[in-house]
Amino acid sequence: MESSIRVLVADDNAVDRKILTTIVRKAGYKVTDAVDGNDALVKYHADKPDLVLLDALMPGKDGFQVAEEIKEACGDEFTPIIFLTSLTDASELARCLEAGGDDFLTKPYNQIILKAKLHALSRMREMHQTVQSQRDEISKHHMQLVADQQAAKAVFDNVAHSRQLECDYIRHMLSPMSVFNGDVLLASITPAKQLCLLLGDFTGHGLAAAIGAMPLADAFYGMTAKGFSLPEILKECNQKLGSVLPSGYFCCAVAVNIDFNRCTVEYWNGGVPTAYLRRSANDQVVPLQSMNLPLGILGPDKFKDETLVIEGFPDDRLFFATDGVIEARNSSQEYFGSERLEKIVQESPPEQLFDAIQGAVYEYMNGRDDDITMVEIKLVTPDEVDELSQPSSPESDSGPRDWKLTYELGPDSLRAFNPLPMLQQILMQAPYLRKKATEIYTVLAELYSNGLEHGVLGLDSNLKKSVEGFAEYYQARASALESVEGFVRFEIAGCCKDGIVDLLIRVIDSGKGFDFKKVAKAETVSKNQYHGRGVRLLNDLCQAIEFVEPGNEVLVTMQWSDNSE
Amino acid sequence: MSIDSNLDQASNKLTIAVDGRFDFSAHKDFRDSYEALEAKPEKFSIDMGGANYIDSSALGMLLLLRDHAGGDQADVEIVNCSSDVKKILTISNFDQLFSIH
Repeated sequence: MESSIRVLVADDNAVDRKILTTIVRKAGYKVTDAVDGNDALVKYHADKPDLVLLDALMPGKDGFQVAEEIKEACGDEFTPIIFLTSLTDASELARCLEAGGDDFLTKPYNQIILKAKLHALSRMREMHQTVQSQRDEISKHHMQLVADQQAAKAVFDNVAHSRQLECDYIRHMLSPMSVFNGDVLLASITPAKQLCLLLGDFTGHGLAAAIGAMPLADAFYGMTAKGFSLPEILKECNQKLGSVLPSGYFCCAVAVNIDFNRCTVEYWNGGVPTAYLRRSANDQVVPLQSMNLPLGILGPDKFKDETLVIEGFPDDRLFFATDGVIEARNSSQEYFGSERLEKIVQESPPEQLFDAIQGAVYEYMNGRDDDITMVEIKLVTPDEVDELSQPSSPESDSGPRDWKLTYELGPDSLRAFNPLPMLQQILMQAPYLRKKATEIYTVLAELYSNGLEHGVLGLDSNLKKSVEGFAEYYQARASALESVEGFVRFEIAGCCKDGIVDLLIRVIDSGKGFDFKKVAKAETVSKNQYHGRGVRLLNDLCQAIEFVEPGNEVLVTMQWSDNSE
Repeated sequence: MSIDSNLDQASNKLTIAVDGRFDFSAHKDFRDSYEALEAKPEKFSIDMGGANYIDSSALGMLLLLRDHAGGDQADVEIVNCSSDVKKILTISNFDQLFSIH
């Protein structure tokens, strides 16, 4: 049998060399022979043999030197070396192995033992090669994995963590491990210049946790940009996650929508530890508890999208964090806990709240804080909020230039449908309206909520004078909507002529109307009331506001010059 | 972590007792405890008496069990929760899906 394994035989004694090469060849190996140490090295480099038989004592370089050089030259490869020696002294034999030999054979040669050793060492060599190639394979896979993870992290960061977070009134800390622990923080300024922010925490770790962030971010940014309400956004996110996540996977989330004009905080919490609103005025702390199941568990018919609205004051601070904070453990494996967190929220000076919590957790965990995502939002005045940047339109002279629309919502629509995103989308078909997108949306939203809440539902805005009444107002709104009757009608006309844009919005509701003269007067007097801010806002944004008797109809005019003409 | 299960023939109720940390490492054992059964029991009871910790992947396992047991029609109770375990179940509002004692 002819093996492809090549053996180098080095012996300066011609007779011994002849005997050896014959034995080895007969055993089925290919043989190269060398006459001394130097010749052995030359042949080694030329032929790259798989096994080497080396006489220990040779003129020039002896076997020990040759063995050392071969072992050094073959690096990671395993080239077994068998020393051939007439030495019998134990320490001399040991030296053979120390020099890099893998075995030795004493003269005179026993054919059977020599063959057995050759076979044994070629087996070892094969095993080494297998291990080696597996190692190479693993290290290749590992490199690929690291590269994939880096790419995935870059994509994840772009998708899941918005640039909207980089502003003065938001502070946040994202776990550097967020791509692997499934934390996401999404934030967006809506067309009405409100801040919509969602902190999510997916079940599990690793790829499964990270992958859900994509559809979630997609749904969130798509919906917020179009001006949908928080319940609508949540419903969409829940449905999207429900349809893509495998059973048993879900996303704990807390979402807020902050209306800086009204200074209100609308929130929904499903599975995230209690968030807090820390009042600036009296240091009171309002807990925003989890009242819902996380996103992605319940079907669309069972999902509870009811949000709660609380009223805020300038400089109030909202704080929320994933369970990484309360589940942070110290060296004795004790939890940080919600009591400890609440105490800091309660007692720390408001402007140091974020740092105090971060510092306390860091200290508690003895310098580790790699699994925590938290965010703080300060309630600021509307002028401190950057506007949503509208894509500028190169085709400013395209789109409808003179148009009218009438759009009337009946009871079923009023109960369950938000007409604003759709109206906004129609209006934005006219390029010359786009640069006032935020103002237009705000005006539409004000007019609609006035028409619906005070007109059709007949709610008294005086309720909103007190903090308690504020909550009561939103409860009354929800229950009145259940059995709503009537309509709200929009009549909108736009035109762009000679560089002047005119937008007329008339809103008529089925309500009894109200004493608008009295309200208009009161508006100018009490600047700090929580209610009635709407009309003042309209005054700021519109050229003219005209109420029509008996007060169930209002016409506003927005006008500006369009420089791009 | 260990998972022990016991099927009571008379009431056709499977009790799954969780001991130690209830997290992803329990995944296979937990699933096996109900999937290996020939017939689906009528009732399920998760005994958390020995569980000192539960994480979100364990919540996921509970949801999987609930699906297996019939989803909205499932009769699954979670009993003997320590205050720590109960807190986590409460934050996630799992009381809307399971009867928790």
